[in-house]
Amino acid sequence: MKRKVQARPRRKSQFFQLRLYVAGQTPKSLTALNNLKKICKEHMDDQYRIEIIDLLANPQLARGDQILAIPTLVRNLPPPIRKIIGDLSNTERVLVGLDLRTPDTVAGAL
Amino acid sequence: MTKSANGKNGAPPQLKKSPTGIEGLDEVTGGGLPTGRPTIVCGGPGCGKTMLGIEFLVRGATQFDEPGVFMAFEETPEDITQNVASLGFDLQDLSARKKLFLDYVHVERSEIQESGEYDLEGLFIRLQHAIDLVGAKRVVLDTLEALFSGFSNQGILRAEIRRLFRWLKDRNMTTVITAERGDGTLIRYGLEEYVSDCVIVLDHRVAGQLSTRRLRIVKYRGSVHGTNEYPFLIDEHGISVLPITSFGLNHRASTQRISSGIPDLDDLLERKGYYRGSTVLVSGTAGSGKTSIGSHFVEAACKRQERSLYLSFEESSAQLARNMRSIGIDLEPWVKKGLLQFHGIRPSEHGLEMHLARLHRMVDQFKPRVVVLDPITNLISGDGDREIQSMLMRLIDFLKANQITAVFTSLTVSGKHAEQSEVGISSLIDTWILLRELEVNGERNRGLYVVKSRGMAHSNQIRQFLLTDQGAKLVPASVGGSTAPLADSAAQRNGPERARGQKKQKRRSQQRSAVARIRSTANQEKPFLAKAAGENR
Repeated sequence: MKRKVQARPRRKSQFFQLRLYVAGQTPKSLTALNNLKKICKEHMDDQYRIEIIDLLANPQLARGDQILAIPTLVRNLPPPIRKIIGDLSNTERVLVGLDLRTPDTVAGAL
Repeated sequence: MTKSANGKNGAPPQLKKSPTGIEGLDEVTGGGLPTGRPTIVCGGPGCGKTMLGIEFLVRGATQFDEPGVFMAFEETPEDITQNVASLGFDLQDLSARKKLFLDYVHVERSEIQESGEYDLEGLFIRLQHAIDLVGAKRVVLDTLEALFSGFSNQGILRAEIRRLFRWLKDRNMTTVITAERGDGTLIRYGLEEYVSDCVIVLDHRVAGQLSTRRLRIVKYRGSVHGTNEYPFLIDEHGISVLPITSFGLNHRASTQRISSGIPDLDDLLERKGYYRGSTVLVSGTAGSGKTSIGSHFVEAACKRQERSLYLSFEESSAQLARNMRSIGIDLEPWVKKGLLQFHGIRPSEHGLEMHLARLHRMVDQFKPRVVVLDPITNLISGDGDREIQSMLMRLIDFLKANQITAVFTSLTVSGKHAEQSEVGISSLIDTWILLRELEVNGERNRGLYVVKSRGMAHSNQIRQFLLTDQGAKLVPASVGGSTAPLADSAAQRNGPERARGQKKQKRRSQQRSAVARIRSTANQEKPFLAKAAGENR
């Protein structure tokens, strides 16, 4: 695949498959979910699916995606896999993490 | 103050300890690691931290029925399984039998974007899950510090690690956490602030191109522990720590006597030989017959059906066997019978401590009654006098504690006064036999005398020492009062080069010896015995 250098409002064909790992309904988890929904709505049109995994119910699932921090957002699609940890309150960083924006355009992202 | 006094009266509850099963470590720690508490094992790269962790779990699972969880942050389970397979640990089998759970936690900062508040609940959940799966009592985290490179928010990390330790304590998990050694500090990132129950430092040092692993318990809250640096080794049996100094001076003193293998030499030692469990030093210049005395001793032990261990630092076993056959000692049958073990080791193969460690292991496995080290002087090369002395002290303590009679040979530099060159170790020795070159009447002869022999009235004679094809012999001493110690010219003429085929003369000389012996006993030895007895008792 050729890597195209382009400003990155993502293409419409991209479909986002996201997983949000939480451990029970903690305030942090709820905040993360709300933030995520908001970001998806604004930046992904309807091209996304959010799967919420509660590790308290399914602890064995933590191994597969190498989850340590809670909450963790995993982008399974499009590849490559991306991980964002935290309550997703910093929208800019979430966008960078999801490859929706290049870091250069985000002030102080790194 | 009052608190401790109360404690003494009311028999304080002992800190519970979980045995590690690692050779020597349980002795050093007085029973193992603190049960239900975290222990930090720190050290530089390649010093055996992971190995210690794994062995702690494997031994726990196999010997103490305590399943364990190994959480690896650096190596994958496949790698670890392969690495420890060489030590005979079958992790796959243990995992299959639900005695062990290996979890690999991969942290890669570049793959993770941080946005807002988070905690490490995921780690807790995984740990809990693993613990539940096998019913774990032991946990190893190797190395937890990898987290510090994986997350940028140190504040959260520290709080979470503190919570983790409390969490493990609440679940009564005996935990080992490995950590890298920091510059100047024990541990990087200051983990020891949280885990302060037990801290063990591993070290891998190179001195004179020889590396030695060492272990030290820096801290063990609520328990006495050895504070020294203990050498340890990792070999095909896993880790073994050598609590060498822990023996002290409380070994038994046997009154049993065993032959040196040379009847004439026994004669000098009250006609009975060495004490069992004593330490004998045979020192002399090159070619003075030290190895022969050692071999005689070993042969005599084998004839008594006692196991013997012969450590040679100069000759290979084949070479030694050949050479000894020339003086009528055939050691090979004993090797075949399993009574005698030979080990030819080059001194430069390991450091002093490592030699000691290996000797420990050999003694523990073979359980000999008799050990010969030939020669100990070779070990000294490169190392300081103090080190060799401390090593020998520990070695002697160890051998004595096991009631093993030991013969060390020591090469003295000709020209240097023998008694002086041996000052460092002579005080540790019970019986000291000195071999000496004597140049008399245009001949160079071997002379032998007993410098000291604790607890017995040994002879003061300097005797000519012959190596014949019938073994080592001592020529009877001349009649007292003579200035030349070896004036018995007939015996002198009967040197090794003449001994062959001169049976007649030999018989005559033996008769003469008998006479001389009687005379010498009458004239010289008796007053001497009385004198020596006065000195020794």
